[in-house]
Parts: sequence; structure tokens; C-alpha cells
Amino acid sequence: MARHHLRIGAGAGFQSDRIEPAVVLAAQGELDYLVLECLAERTTAVAQQRRAHDPSSGFDPLLEARMEALLPICARTHTRIVTNMGAANPRAAARKVAEIARRLDLKLRVAMVTGDDVTGRLRPDLPVLETGGTLRDFDRVFAANAYLGADALLPALARGADVIVAGRVADASLFLAPMIVEFGWALDDWERLARGALLGHLLECAGQVTGGYFADPGIKDVPDLAHLGFPFVDVDREGFGVISKVPGTGGAVTTWTVKEQLLYEVLDPTAFVTPDVVVDLRGVRIAEVGKDRVAVFGATGSPRPETLKVSVGYHAGWIGEGEISYAGPHARARAQLAADVLRDRLGPDVPSLRVDLIGIDSCHGTDFGHTGEPYEVRLRIAGRTDTRDLAERIGWEVEALATNGPAGGGGFRRSVSDRVGIVSTLIARAEVLTAAAAVEARREAKAR
Amino acid sequence: MKRRLAELAHCRAGDKGDTLTLSLFPLVDADYPLLVERVTAEAVKAHLGHLVRGEVIRYELPNLAALHFVCTHALETGVTTSLALDPHGKTLSYALLAMEI
Repeated sequence: MARHHLRIGAGAGFQSDRIEPAVVLAAQGELDYLVLECLAERTTAVAQQRRAHDPSSGFDPLLEARMEALLPICARTHTRIVTNMGAANPRAAARKVAEIARRLDLKLRVAMVTGDDVTGRLRPDLPVLETGGTLRDFDRVFAANAYLGADALLPALARGADVIVAGRVADASLFLAPMIVEFGWALDDWERLARGALLGHLLECAGQVTGGYFADPGIKDVPDLAHLGFPFVDVDREGFGVISKVPGTGGAVTTWTVKEQLLYEVLDPTAFVTPDVVVDLRGVRIAEVGKDRVAVFGATGSPRPETLKVSVGYHAGWIGEGEISYAGPHARARAQLAADVLRDRLGPDVPSLRVDLIGIDSCHGTDFGHTGEPYEVRLRIAGRTDTRDLAERIGWEVEALATNGPAGGGGFRRSVSDRVGIVSTLIARAEVLTAAAAVEARREAKAR
Repeated sequence: MKRRLAELAHCRAGDKGDTLTLSLFPLVDADYPLLVERVTAEAVKAHLGHLVRGEVIRYELPNLAALHFVCTHALETGVTTSLALDPHGKTLSYALLAMEI
């Protein structure tokens, strides 16, 4: 029977998010659903790399830790979990969750959702949204994952799974899917879908709507930021929602925190595209209706796009980095001299070389006329290279400044990383076939 | 008298690929018309200078007392291949708030 009201919590907003606020939310939030959103633009492609090295891996590295903390609580409070922690391997992730449940003696039905992985199935003439070219321009593509919509999650939800593990799903869709199932919304009910998708968008970064990524002392103070609470939404069957958090947790839910998150990463407020519906934010209104309770209403919707966005991962070479500090009198001049030396020695081999003076202009490439000498400056250099060896040389050149550079340089750090580049394309819905299946723990897991 | 936007407004930065979004909100709703008048797309493009190699599009959202700026080609080549210390451009909200009007 269709319900009249749901409470959906956000227990993670990115791969490395804290676990403890989700525990508090699950234990005290009286939730119906807990959503764990753990995939950024690049995360799935990086996971594809891990899976290529080890076919049993490729899911979220914190999956076990999160599930061990949350499964016992969610089983007790009858809170269903929806997550994209499957990353590049939802099957292995779901199996891992089933094993953890069995080990903890919890009777939970676990389901996996697959179909987002379209690696190797993209035509090279597909357009690349960022460059205006085609995929033909990228010869080292190794991963392609489509952003699935809420519809992909519906079969597993409808069959009563307690934990639904998917790979790449559009963030807001993870929240919208439970609303569609529980309220019986039609998949062309654009107005309600738009309201629900907007609430999902508000929750998808977890702490970013409860006072995280927000505080600015004296202007935007946030109480007890060290113990930031994660959000939930109380949503009714019309899609009217109130964003809130567990009383006693840190942070705040105010019209300001909600407004900032409402427009976060939105490329067009008149047409915010999700796989489920296109949302127009121009009519949205928000109102504080209690302490840490903000109502959101007025989003309108139009039909979903005929295509799905696909994140395409390609090998983009290497990045080498090095850092060194200068402090006290003439710190800036000595750092500048070190930068000149590094440019002289590395510039010819590393055309992409970038030198930043941390404390001066490293973030914005300018200080907008800020005056006064800094007490200390940290030089940071970075370059993109085709080979690991050349990337290593960048850091070595910084370390060599110890005995060969300006006076008083210290605190060297160097690193090398291989780069996964991401571009996007669009794929016809018909080419993406999703599936849901129940997953059991492996027999040997019990014997262990 | 010129005032820094930081005294009048708050801002959040977001990123999608090589595109930067900046949402600007007055600290006092009554200042919204002033922001609409002064913080134009052209003024923001001029202030951010080399940081935005593409264009700046401004959306007005009077219901929310918000201005939303979408800046293309603003994050080097995008988060994943950028050499910047802050590849997401998370700190760029305060670059906008350093603007004087």
C-alpha cells in the first residue's frame, strides 16, 4: 500500500566521507531509507582500474567499514540502504555486503543493480561534451559508465531488498527511487519527479546542506562543526519536503545552507538535467519552518532526456609534484628564485610545468591586489608528463634544491600519480540495459 | 565608496568538468537589487580575468535572492587532469567575494 510520508537520510556525500554521522543518523534519525552516495566524477573510472588489476575488487574501498558500522543498526531500525558503492563492480560489492550481513548474523536481503558499465560499447563517433570533438580524439579510453536513473533501482526496491548496491547512478536518483516506489509516482509525473529530484540534489552531498563547506567565522557561524550532523528529508506524497537533521548533532539547517546547496554544481537553473526529469529551479521557494527545519517547494519539471550521460575515463599520463618551504626575511624572494631555477632546469622537458607560491597566489593565480609580505612561502611545482620517469624528475629537482638552491629551503615533499582523465558523452537509453538481482553470500564465507 | 563583495554576500563554488559555478547570495535580502545591478556577468568575467577562459553566464533567481554564474573553461582542463593545487576550484567562491563593487 502506498505511503503518505517518508524519511530519507544521506549517510555519505563522497567516497571518503565520515562514517560516524551516518551511524548517528541511522540510530537516531528514525529513517525509512539511508542513502550512501560515494561516487564523484572520476571515482568509477579509478575503480575500473583497480578491477582491471583484480577482478574481485573495483567497489568502494570503504564499503566494508561503512557496512559493518551501519548494517546492524539499519537491520534493527528497519532502514533500507540504497548506495552506489558498487562503483565499477556492483556484483562483488553486493556479495561483500551479503557476506558481512551473514557474518554479523543479520537477515538482510541484498540486491545488486548492474548495467551502467558500457565500457567498450561506445561508438568512436560519439560527441565529447567538453571539447566539441568526438571520442576518436581519445585513444586510451579504458572505462565508460552511464549515469543510470531512478528507474534502474525500482525493481530491486519493489522486490523488497533491504540493501541495494548499484554502480554509477545519478546522485539525486538514489533518493528519488524510494519516493517513486513508496508513493507510487508515475515515471512521467514530471512535477512530482522534479520535486523529489530536487530534494535528492539537496541531500546528495550530505553535510554540505547541514553547515559543511559553509562556515565563515563571524559571517556564517556553524555550531559544533567538528560533529556535523548529516541531513534527512521528510517528504510527502506530493513531493513537498522538509530538510532537517538529528537534534543534538552539530551543524545547522538554515535557508542559507539550503540555498547554497540548491545551486551547487547546477549548470542551468532553468533546466537542471537528471536522468529522471529536467528540473526548473526558478519557482523554488524555501522557508524555515522550525529549528534546523527548512521546507523546499516550487520546483517544476519537464520530460526526461532521451539520452543518458556517460563518464568516459582515459589514461591522461602522469603528474609529478614537489614542494619546498621558505620562511622569515626575504622568504618570497628566495621562493621566487627557487621557482626560476626549477623552470630553467625542467621547462624544456616539461612544457606543462606549473609553479605556485603557496601563501601568495597558488589558488587563484593572483592575489587581487592583496598587500603585505607573507612570513613564509611554500613553493609547489607540478607538471604533466607522458612517462613516469619524467614525472619523478620533477620532485627530484625540488629535493635537489636542498643543497643546490636558495638559502634556507626545507620541508620537501614529492609525489607522482598517474592521471585518469574524464570526459563525457551521451548514449541512447535503449543501449543501456540494466538488471537487478538478489545476491547471496558465498558458501566459503560461512566456513571462514 | 567601493565595498568588497565579502561584506555583502556569501558564495558557494561548484564544478562540473571544466565548468565552474558560483552562486552568490546577499547577506541581507534587501541588497539583492544592488547585486543584480553591479555584479553583472561582464563584471565577474573582468574580475576573474585569466581564471575564466570561456564565458560567464548569469542567471537571476529572485525567488531565492540568488545570482548564479556559470563559467566555462574555468578549471584548466577539468578536475581530473588539472595541475592546479585546487583542481575543483573549491576556493574560487572567495575569488568572487574579493571583488569590489
